[in-house]
Amino acid sequence: MSTRIQTGGRLIDRTKSVTFKFNGRKLQGYAGDTLASALLANDQMLVGRSFKYHRPRGVVASGAEEPNALVNMGEGAFFEPNQRATTTEVFDGLTATSQNHWPTLEFDVGAINTYLSRFLPAGFYYKMFMYPRAFWKHVYEPFIRQSAGLGKAPKQKDGSDYEHFYAFYDVVVIGGGIAGLQAAKTAAAAGAKVLVMEQTADWGGRAVVDGAEIDGASADAFVAATVAELQAMDNVTLKTRMMGAGVYDHGYLLGYERVSDHDPSLAGPRHRLWRIRTAQIISATGAIERPLSFAGNDIPGVLLASAVRDYLVNWGVSIGERTIVVTNNDDAYRTAIALKQAGLSVPMILDARKSGGGALAQQARDMGIRVENGKAIAKVHGGKRVTAVSICDQAGEGVVLDTIGCDAVAMSGGWSPVVHLYSHCGGKLNWDAEQVMFRPDLTRMPTNQNGQGFVMPAGTANGEMSTAATLADATARALDVVAALGKSAPTLTAPTAASEDAAAIEPVWMMPQGANIKLRMKSWLDYQNDVKVSDVQLAAREGYESVEHTKRYTTLGMATDQGKLSNINGLATLSGALNADIPQVGTTTFRPPYTPISLASIAGSARDEVFQPIRKTPMQDWHMANGADFEPVGHWRRPYCFPRAGETKAQAVEREILQTRKSLGLLDASTLGKIIVKGPDAGKFMDMLYTNMMSTLKVGKCRYGLMCSENGFLSDDGVVARIDENTFLCHTTTGGADRIHAHMEEWLQTEWWDWKVYTANVTEQFAQVAVVGPNARKVLEKLGGMDVSKEALGFMEWADGTLGGFDARVYRISFSGELSYEIAVPASQGRVFWDALLAAGAEFNVMPYGTEALHVMRAEKGFIMIGDETDGTIIPQDLGLNWAISKKKEDYIGKRAQERTFMVDSKRWKLVGLETTDGSVIPDGAYAVGEGVNANGQRNMIGRVTSTYYSPTLGRGIAMGLVLDGPDRMGETIEFPKVDGGSITAKIVDQVFYDKEGTKQDV
Amino acid sequence: MKRYSIFAVAREAARYHTGWDRAWASPEPKKKYDAIIIGAGGHGLATAYYLGKNHGIKNVAILEKGWLGGGNTGRNTTIIRSNYLQDPSAAIYEKSRSLYETMSQDLNYNVMFSPRGVIMLAQTEHEVRGYLRTAHANAQQGVATEFIGPEQVKKLVPIINIHGPRYPVLGGLWQARGGTARHDAVAWGYARACSDMGMDVIQKCEVTGVRRENGRVVGVDTTKGAIDCDKLGIVVAGHTSDLAEMAGFRLPIESVALQALVSEPIKPCMDVVVMANTVHGYMSQSDKGEMVIGGGTDGFNNYTQRGSFHHIEETVRALVETFPMISRLKMLRQWGGIVDMTGDRSPILSKTPVDGVFVNCGWGTGGFKAIPGSGWAMAELMAKGQSPLTDEFSMWRFREGKFIDESVAAGVAH
Repeated sequence: MSTRIQTGGRLIDRTKSVTFKFNGRKLQGYAGDTLASALLANDQMLVGRSFKYHRPRGVVASGAEEPNALVNMGEGAFFEPNQRATTTEVFDGLTATSQNHWPTLEFDVGAINTYLSRFLPAGFYYKMFMYPRAFWKHVYEPFIRQSAGLGKAPKQKDGSDYEHFYAFYDVVVIGGGIAGLQAAKTAAAAGAKVLVMEQTADWGGRAVVDGAEIDGASADAFVAATVAELQAMDNVTLKTRMMGAGVYDHGYLLGYERVSDHDPSLAGPRHRLWRIRTAQIISATGAIERPLSFAGNDIPGVLLASAVRDYLVNWGVSIGERTIVVTNNDDAYRTAIALKQAGLSVPMILDARKSGGGALAQQARDMGIRVENGKAIAKVHGGKRVTAVSICDQAGEGVVLDTIGCDAVAMSGGWSPVVHLYSHCGGKLNWDAEQVMFRPDLTRMPTNQNGQGFVMPAGTANGEMSTAATLADATARALDVVAALGKSAPTLTAPTAASEDAAAIEPVWMMPQGANIKLRMKSWLDYQNDVKVSDVQLAAREGYESVEHTKRYTTLGMATDQGKLSNINGLATLSGALNADIPQVGTTTFRPPYTPISLASIAGSARDEVFQPIRKTPMQDWHMANGADFEPVGHWRRPYCFPRAGETKAQAVEREILQTRKSLGLLDASTLGKIIVKGPDAGKFMDMLYTNMMSTLKVGKCRYGLMCSENGFLSDDGVVARIDENTFLCHTTTGGADRIHAHMEEWLQTEWWDWKVYTANVTEQFAQVAVVGPNARKVLEKLGGMDVSKEALGFMEWADGTLGGFDARVYRISFSGELSYEIAVPASQGRVFWDALLAAGAEFNVMPYGTEALHVMRAEKGFIMIGDETDGTIIPQDLGLNWAISKKKEDYIGKRAQERTFMVDSKRWKLVGLETTDGSVIPDGAYAVGEGVNANGQRNMIGRVTSTYYSPTLGRGIAMGLVLDGPDRMGETIEFPKVDGGSITAKIVDQVFYDKEGTKQDV
Repeated sequence: MKRYSIFAVAREAARYHTGWDRAWASPEPKKKYDAIIIGAGGHGLATAYYLGKNHGIKNVAILEKGWLGGGNTGRNTTIIRSNYLQDPSAAIYEKSRSLYETMSQDLNYNVMFSPRGVIMLAQTEHEVRGYLRTAHANAQQGVATEFIGPEQVKKLVPIINIHGPRYPVLGGLWQARGGTARHDAVAWGYARACSDMGMDVIQKCEVTGVRRENGRVVGVDTTKGAIDCDKLGIVVAGHTSDLAEMAGFRLPIESVALQALVSEPIKPCMDVVVMANTVHGYMSQSDKGEMVIGGGTDGFNNYTQRGSFHHIEETVRALVETFPMISRLKMLRQWGGIVDMTGDRSPILSKTPVDGVFVNCGWGTGGFKAIPGSGWAMAELMAKGQSPLTDEFSMWRFREGKFIDESVAAGVAH
């Protein structure tokens, strides 16, 4: 059994016990425990079930590389699946449940898959489940989905907060082990602004666990002293519980800070995502131990040797009473020695190397541990827990020499430097055959915008395995970085450590070497996804030879640990199967993030109301207080209508229209884009921007203008007012303001950079109100001030003045066909002005109206709407707007495009009015069909509706549409099929349904 | 070729799966082929497959610079739909979707086509009108779609927040027979079938030049030597412009990174595909249980196959807003693919200025769904010199202004 031993545990505080729940059971741990160490202290070795076969799974590692110990954490709004127990700090009240089993962890029906595993090798699903065809959707897939997946889906909205933090450094050191601290110290001493981040809660990494000696003292002392030194420096920031998540181009780095995961009672965000720009990154991320491939290496109780050591030294937890150590390198002897020193039994060390280990092996022997060289594990016995190990020769085929009872196995297949962050942006690796590892190739580092390397691996992450070499490399690499920053090297005394007398590692990818197929089918590579040695060999046999094919075919390395334990073993197995060298096979691509990060941290604080900024007009509060029904338009929200009690939206729209046409309506038009174009060349620029001739517009006059894209398509429209000789004010659509301003700037900055023109988007500087209806003039006269008579301010003119004491710019323009003034006042006066208009208009029963009334009234009048009549494929000529296209100008944006063959094709659909024969309303989006079908069997279409409304003014359905030969077919009828059967017949008519002569607006 | 079936699996289980053949051969190039396809992605392999199956042209090589299926075929978010607005698009995408229905049986390789349904959310009045229009067009084009209301959206996708404070869901365009498939399997299934027809799928063979005589293609230079051919199909997505340059012509193509990401796997919580174009993101749940997420393209051109973080942020933010329960899930992996974008965001399937050279590109952000239809049409074009499915997708349409603009309906990557 696994249990807490009486002594040891450098990270736990035995005076502070915490209570937590696992699968409903109340358990005790200590402050400083991880959930994994606390579970193990309570003999909870079984923690989950594997993905495919639902095999029992126990803790196998002690850190970010853990593939098995994933739990559902928390409850309700704080529930989270797939939380890694090895990196979860335990706290009072923590609740966790195990995953991927039914009904219970101990008895899982899905475990039947393990008995069927012979029928379920890699990629079995590509070869079956094909018949009958409908079964995939209705039977096979639902079954597969149910048995796959891991944790449960959260049900509630997240109750925590998140935030982003933007930071800038010269050097960011990732990893707070001895290499990272030493590198940070070196860079900081050179005057660089340094951030050091460590993903766990504690500094020191492996050296402190392994009892290394530095400068004649313990590694703990070195770490404490260095951290203290760094803390005292103004140019250094130290952060624990913060992981380097991803490295992106141009020195962009993500730091994932888990602020309160370890103590949810803390105030502030749960996660903080650091978005860092840094000149240089030092990746001092250490290394991860590899498992060995032997039959039964997935049985709970088989752990990495380093993890066994971690649990013992850091948390005072023994994995078992009798631990067999199996290795191909010297490092695992440290585990045996530590166990023995703690008074635990180590019946045997199996060293697969014929010649055995070095000084550490001797030390183990001296302590009385039996060491067997050239030996291997033939098979681990046990179901939910290791019970014994059968021994064989590594060189043989697995003939069992002996079977020894034990309750734990500590394995080590060597170490792989953590090269993930180094590789995210294209850093390349070399295969180090001597140390049996991929390590960074410093001649092929990821490069920044200047072609200079910017991610520097240091220490163990750079393939330096001994304490002495790690420290020396950390110093040297940090000096490289200092030089790259253009700073001079500081004078520092480098720390020293004794050299180690270690025997060389030997590659062992299969144990025993000649294992038969039955053993290989029980030798796991990927514990979570259930990929075994035999699966990779099968993939190779079937031609999935690229490492990427093997990965995808077998799912090796695709689990939540992203192959931290399995990838190197897997590709070595593949290279063996292909009879190719390991470097020739290569690795799969390392992608961010290093370990999974919460989606919430990526989204940050941008949620709910602040998901996207809501732009508000000065009158927005009034709209909200008066029951407006809003619709999103760009980043604005505009009132769609103002329903009164008991009124439907349609009824409200009808009322608003009728009252406006009869007497007086008000529209908050502040969202309309307002862009100033100013300068000696403004006229020339305006002539290029618009299809119309704008340079001839007289000061004081307005003109309706069209803008097209380079491809000739109509992109925006609006009224232009000439303010003075050098100044135009361009009105754009609400949604188009920012786009059009950017469009103007693009042309000015890239093509016509020598023209003397400036533009400014002043949309939000003005509140604008359309005062519309037969009583519009009366209400303005009542407010008093400037002369708004027909004589003083004619149709399509504008004037500055005061109205009711407000500074006003008044445009006589109309989008409704009624007498209409659009009045701009400074934004700060918008609300009071609106109130003043309402008060003055009370006697006319003034009625604010929304966007829908606006749309209907403009359609009654036959005016086009950008986004309705246009969709990015429509040229002004399609809409009968030739009158707005200057024939005198040599050029305008889009002119040449409009001369292309398809643009001048007479068969382009043209805009007409449509009147249903029965007065009904044509459905939105309906198409008109002609005879027959096209070459692809589709019904031939001859037109479509672009705007369709019930007109309260006319009491019938009206529409506009684009129709083949439309203008030549006035009076003819065409058919619009409905999606749910039947069709509507409409007559082609003139598009102006209301006041064709235009007498109402020009009074 | 040994047929795949549950019986074959059972038979092989008896001998520990030691008897399986290679899924595809690994041949050296021959001196000459009737047709060479550059690019062993989905589109290239499908083109070769239908050249053989529909037109009897089997002396074909498919050349691949890296590993087959390693480009966008193996990087996309596997969405299959055909609810396109414009006639030519609806025709080829619906052809494609219908071929997906029987692909597993046609190829004897389970590509796991899952017609689980696709919803495109309408979150503005403007979007509502746009999708109503698409629904009307689809009805005439023979594409089964319908516009559904918010309650029905909620019924199909219980995890969705239809009353979002910022952009409430007003409805959606629903294609019940849209869905997903296993992307790698599509490439592998075609490769196996091509190999079985005697075609040569040649990996790690990069084309370095296109040899021409008198304005006609005669072969290609490759890292495995010169290979002759009568016809050449360029089907390489991101690097199309490079290949076109080798053949001596230019194309209106830009290459940009499109990114995707997956969450850690969880138990089933979402049965359909949802695309939210106003907020810019889409999501489905893979059979493994991962939430598969995509969004827009990076705003700059590049070839790196990795993207910027900023787009991931925008996409994830959009989806956390749309599906609040995903907030505490974790991003497992993000990656990028290089997509080839045309001016109108529709593909090019076309003859070229060089006799015998055909190009199939410009699928941009939505190519996976088109693989079988694209292959079918491209094969017809290469074999017969004309296909009703490709007529409108000629490369010369840009000169004429005859765009096929789908952004009208969905202004988002797909």
